[in-house]
Amino acid sequence: MFNAVIAAAAEGETANPLLPAVYDIVWSSLIFVVILFFFWKYVLPKMQKLLDDRAEAIEGNIAKADDAQRKAEAALEQYTAQLADARAEAGQIREQARADGHKIIAEHKDQALAEAARVTSSAKAQIEAERQAAVVSLRSEVGTLAIDLASGVIGESLTDDAKASAIVDRFLADLEASEKAAK
Amino acid sequence: MIPFATDEGGFNGPTIGEFFPEAIFFAGTPFEINRIMLIRFLAVAVLLLVFWIGTRRMKVIPTRMQSVVEMGLDFARVNIAEDILGKKDGKRFLPLITTIFFMVLFLNITGPIPFLNIAGTSVIGVPLVLALVAYSAFIYAGVKKSPGNFFRNALFPPGVPPFLYIIVTPIEFISTFLIRPVTLTLRLLMNMIVGHLLLVLFFSATQFFFFTADGGFKLFGVGTLVFGFAFTLFEVLIALLQAYIFALLTAVYIQLALAEEH
Repeated sequence: MFNAVIAAAAEGETANPLLPAVYDIVWSSLIFVVILFFFWKYVLPKMQKLLDDRAEAIEGNIAKADDAQRKAEAALEQYTAQLADARAEAGQIREQARADGHKIIAEHKDQALAEAARVTSSAKAQIEAERQAAVVSLRSEVGTLAIDLASGVIGESLTDDAKASAIVDRFLADLEASEKAAK
Repeated sequence: MIPFATDEGGFNGPTIGEFFPEAIFFAGTPFEINRIMLIRFLAVAVLLLVFWIGTRRMKVIPTRMQSVVEMGLDFARVNIAEDILGKKDGKRFLPLITTIFFMVLFLNITGPIPFLNIAGTSVIGVPLVLALVAYSAFIYAGVKKSPGNFFRNALFPPGVPPFLYIIVTPIEFISTFLIRPVTLTLRLLMNMIVGHLLLVLFFSATQFFFFTADGGFKLFGVGTLVFGFAFTLFEVLIALLQAYIFALLTAVYIQLALAEEH
């Protein structure tokens, strides 16, 4: 292989591939400068911008996801708190209702008792009053009857009311005394 | 193969003259343009076009063209600049390293391309200019950071007994300031020259065997054709590899110049 190169070199013109021609250096330098500026000023800044954009997009998405998660967690916490509140409130309402129920029952019981007492006492009073009325009317009727009867018997008109009532009272007293004695 | 090279007149072996074709425009001036210069212009035009189209409307979600261009740029940025120089200095020297990588690549790749058939880097101008650029770049990087540190590290490596500096310093001077640009130039230039000569050799031999040689020798043509095909593919690899090596070494030299100590 190497021999071939040597042979080729020997065969070739006197040109030495290690000696640069001026035009070669000129064009090579020009090409280098063009490519350097192209990459430096155009391609690489665009590439850098792209990489930044991409990093930003990824970070943005991560931040967005974090945000969403935080929101979800906050919402969950809120719901849990609300649920606990609701439970506590329900318990309170139940307790209140129970207490109210007890109170209402007790009140009603008291009212019923008072009503019963009232009814009983008014009934007693009425009975007493009726009994008094009966006693009074009975007394006067009995007195009248007795006097009529007595006046008929003794032929004496006991028109004098004072005298008559005195007689009736005595009679009744005697009657009561005799009743007591009989007992 | 060699005996045939001097055989009958039917065989035209490759010559070094192929790297010095006749001038087409401006003959004799510093702006002379020959076939190889035209090939260089074409390669540069393609390079500019590819990267212009690929980066014209860059989007966060890339198109296919953009992905390919991005991949290339990422290779130079991540695998060469940032790997060797780190994020900060990598970014500083990224335009230079990217330019070297793609310029060498696009000028190399014209070698195996049919009808162009010669690398733009197979004439010493481009390798030499790029080697001088790399040379200036690492000296600039070192001097800008700390001149004393740079020259002390380069010429008086720490950890060496003082009396040995009599030997070490000249060696370090030659290896750092003379050999580096020379090897950068020659490695690329010779790879491209030899690659071209090999391909020419294989294909002209194939031509010779098939159309000039008699009887059984025609069979050799199959062998040389297969080799020519294989070496064409190999040249594609070499084109990429040399571009990578050139850019990588530039980055390494800059890194050594920036390092506090070796």
